[in-house]
Amino acid sequence: MASALINVPKKARRGDIIEIKTLMSHIMETGYRHTASGQVVPRDIVTSFNCRYNGEEIFRADLFPAIAANPFISFFTVATESGKFDFEWIGDNGFSATASASISVE
Amino acid sequence: MKRDGTIAIAMLLVAAGAASLAAREIATSAGLGTSKPIGTGERRSGYAFMAPDTQAIQDDDTANPGMLWVLDGQALWKKKVGAANKSCADCHDDASSSMKGVAARYPAFDTALGRPVNLEGRINLCRARRQEAPSLAYESRDLLALTAFVAEQSRGMAIEPETAPELQPFVAKGRDFFMKRQGQLNLGCTNCHDDNWDKRLAGSAVTQAMATGYPLYRLEWQSLGSLQRRLRNCITGMRAQSYDYGAPELVDLELYLMTRARGMPIETPAVRP
Repeated sequence: MASALINVPKKARRGDIIEIKTLMSHIMETGYRHTASGQVVPRDIVTSFNCRYNGEEIFRADLFPAIAANPFISFFTVATESGKFDFEWIGDNGFSATASASISVE
Repeated sequence: MKRDGTIAIAMLLVAAGAASLAAREIATSAGLGTSKPIGTGERRSGYAFMAPDTQAIQDDDTANPGMLWVLDGQALWKKKVGAANKSCADCHDDASSSMKGVAARYPAFDTALGRPVNLEGRINLCRARRQEAPSLAYESRDLLALTAFVAEQSRGMAIEPETAPELQPFVAKGRDFFMKRQGQLNLGCTNCHDDNWDKRLAGSAVTQAMATGYPLYRLEWQSLGSLQRRLRNCITGMRAQSYDYGAPELVDLELYLMTRARGMPIETPAVRP
């Protein structure tokens, strides 16, 4: 169950600076921990995140083992036109999750 | 060892000589103070002890990681399971009305068992009795998710434990547990949470043990966790032998904690540092 929480304003005026907040459900296992019997717990993290605004990439981030579980990524952009934000998370063990949110710009 | 002890006593004397306030603090932290209950007006949720940054995480539903479990719980609520092939929703329908206020009065008395059960226990009883499904393990993602989803329906409502007379012996047992000194450090819950809640322990706020937001997301855990996880941590911290998840002793303690927090609002899913 990979669930995500997205917060994008539903409406904005053209030229407004808007904040986008994303929260992805993920354990972010570092790969540096050991079990009681000494075996390494294999790394399982989200390695990359990107956001497209009407198809055009506006934000990208690489994630590393030091990033906390359930990574929360927030960033700003300028509302230029009505449309859709597409979010994508990619990670270890073939992890892939997407989400989207729409905005109307007046 | 003996030399260290002498130095510690000398330091105590210096502190006592320097200021009577300091002396009183040392006496209290050494457990020499008398336990007195926290006044109703003095009660504060763990939220009030947090930094504004951490409070902001809890306040924003799209930043609060606990909401991820609530979302999962919402999906599980509608999922058919067990030999009976029933979902929670098949009996309870819309949780936003049927589960409203439930977390505010739990742990509640179960007549068949003759003792109180907490929310997690109730969910597993429902699975056994109605869905004919195996119990969910304590602290498993699914049980935390369902518990958080049910408890979130009571967010903002005042905690109102049942006052049924058959519950009272269990409240008393929970209270005894809270007051009793135990473990290698010879501490009772009350020594921190009644006597020293306004102080700090290793940089962290001690707090009043008002269990208003469970299951909650603890940044230290990097996960949602139940009240029993917190209790077991605390008991281990006193270097006492903890009880297993779901043990009646822990449920009694949960029950007593809820009576202490009577009237305070439910915050589930809360965030703590």
